[in-house]
Amino acid sequence: MSELLVQVEGLTRRYGDVRAVDDVTFTLARNQVLGFLGPNGAGKSTTMRMLAGVLAPDAGRIVIAGHDLLDLPRRAKRAIGYLPEQPPLYRELTVDEQLRYSARLHGIDRAAIRASVGRTKERCGLTEVGQRLIGNLSKGYRQRVGIAQAILHDPPVVVLDEPTIGLDPIQLRDMRKLIGELGENHGVILSTHLLPEVQAICSHVQILNAGRLVYASALADLERRGRACLRIGLSAPPSSEILAQIPGVERVEDLGAGRFRLHHPPGAAPHRAVIEHSGARGWGLWELTPEQAGLERIFIELTLGQEVAE
Amino acid sequence: MFAIAAHELRGLFLSPLAWTLLAAFQGLLAWIFLVLVDDFRALQGRLLGLENPPGATDLVAAPLFRVTAWGLLVLAPLLTMRLFAEERRSGTLDLLLSAPVSVTAIVLGKYLGVLLFLLGASALVASMPLSLALGATLDFGKLLAGLLGLGLLAASFAAAGLYLSTLTVQPVVAAVSTTGLLLFLYIVDVADIGREAFAGPFGYLSLARHFDNLLLGAFDSADVAYYLLFGATFLGLAIRRLDDGRLRD
Repeated sequence: MSELLVQVEGLTRRYGDVRAVDDVTFTLARNQVLGFLGPNGAGKSTTMRMLAGVLAPDAGRIVIAGHDLLDLPRRAKRAIGYLPEQPPLYRELTVDEQLRYSARLHGIDRAAIRASVGRTKERCGLTEVGQRLIGNLSKGYRQRVGIAQAILHDPPVVVLDEPTIGLDPIQLRDMRKLIGELGENHGVILSTHLLPEVQAICSHVQILNAGRLVYASALADLERRGRACLRIGLSAPPSSEILAQIPGVERVEDLGAGRFRLHHPPGAAPHRAVIEHSGARGWGLWELTPEQAGLERIFIELTLGQEVAE
Repeated sequence: MFAIAAHELRGLFLSPLAWTLLAAFQGLLAWIFLVLVDDFRALQGRLLGLENPPGATDLVAAPLFRVTAWGLLVLAPLLTMRLFAEERRSGTLDLLLSAPVSVTAIVLGKYLGVLLFLLGASALVASMPLSLALGATLDFGKLLAGLLGLGLLAASFAAAGLYLSTLTVQPVVAAVSTTGLLLFLYIVDVADIGREAFAGPFGYLSLARHFDNLLLGAFDSADVAYYLLFGATFLGLAIRRLDDGRLRD
């Protein structure tokens, strides 16, 4: 059991009558990358702002690295690095100035500032742009400066609100790599509404909908247990009932235009049976794709308010 | 806290706004100073006949400081307007709030930054009458009292401006409301015109009345306390407002 870095209990926050975050409870341990997933307005940002101490919760408890955020805010805040949705950067400063200021705010010794700024710049690929004005940087670089200011003081917990928004594919790859590295010795919480993002970088996933935590799991579990399926395309399709009789198929979904989704128990894909049946009965198989769509399906079912069919 | 103050001061000098304001402030007051010195020279001959003649301090420094006070009234809101409004708008307030720094330290740090700038501007103005010491006798007691008054006035203006800046995301709204409020408090004693000084409640409320006392060289701890209370009240309100903001918005 690794060390618990964040414990959140019964976190609630209202905006007027709307419960933006409603009784959310979770924990984060070192070496975990926790992805907050949810549609816009699900309460992801609000939860993260409360974690960072920018917003005070109406109810609930937040303990960061053993310090209660409400009782010992300064100690708890020292243990956290936060990148808000909009990177909190001063356009009129250079990258170096911004990072030095952030370092001072986080109480890093004057003597240690130079070293930690240098190290962080290297880590985030900012060495070249140290003298440039932040206002003149591209969105991708600004995002990196935002991350740099969040990890400058080497906090055990890093909270990133939509870190990959607005990045081009190459920057995206770099960012994923950086977050992966952070996950090796920190606890990382990030929010996104992009599913592939979670599958690519997170070790754990939590789905928020309308302020409530509706799903939490380790990604590895999800994949193991994932209700996998097989997508097939047939040029001369039989009825769904006939397809359902293929051994190993649990349920058939008709997707229209000769396409079907065949649900099967995990780890027992009925490829062979499908191919054999198709060959024997002349269905004209033209597509056969294994789908690992567990997370996406769970996400859609949960956020559209449908039951998850187990 | 000092990191914030230093950042604030540097931020001011990185923008052309501060330089422009400083130049305009200094230029206008230098002009007035020259006019005052000229008048004084013209009057000097007649003054010699008087028994207890007013000196350069009364005829040059005091009126100059009175105009400087008006200058500060214009200058302070333009400097304080950005303090929180801008940070809120650009999202950088989150940086401060998520840092291990208390709200009090944030407010005091920013206040200190602007105050240092205003005091610097006042000191530059004060250097003009001081230069008269080369050729005339000055009453340094009065001069110091006047300077203290300017400093206190600047401190009060900055505190009020800082508070109003926490109320809005639009720097311009903050500037206009600050100017309005300060102007009102400065001239509120017009309601007392025709009565004895300090006779009415409005006279006591006025920012200017307490300053006049100091210009005359009368150091009254009540006047000083007035400014300190004024400043502390607005800083306290600003801290409350920011703490509340964490709860509300």
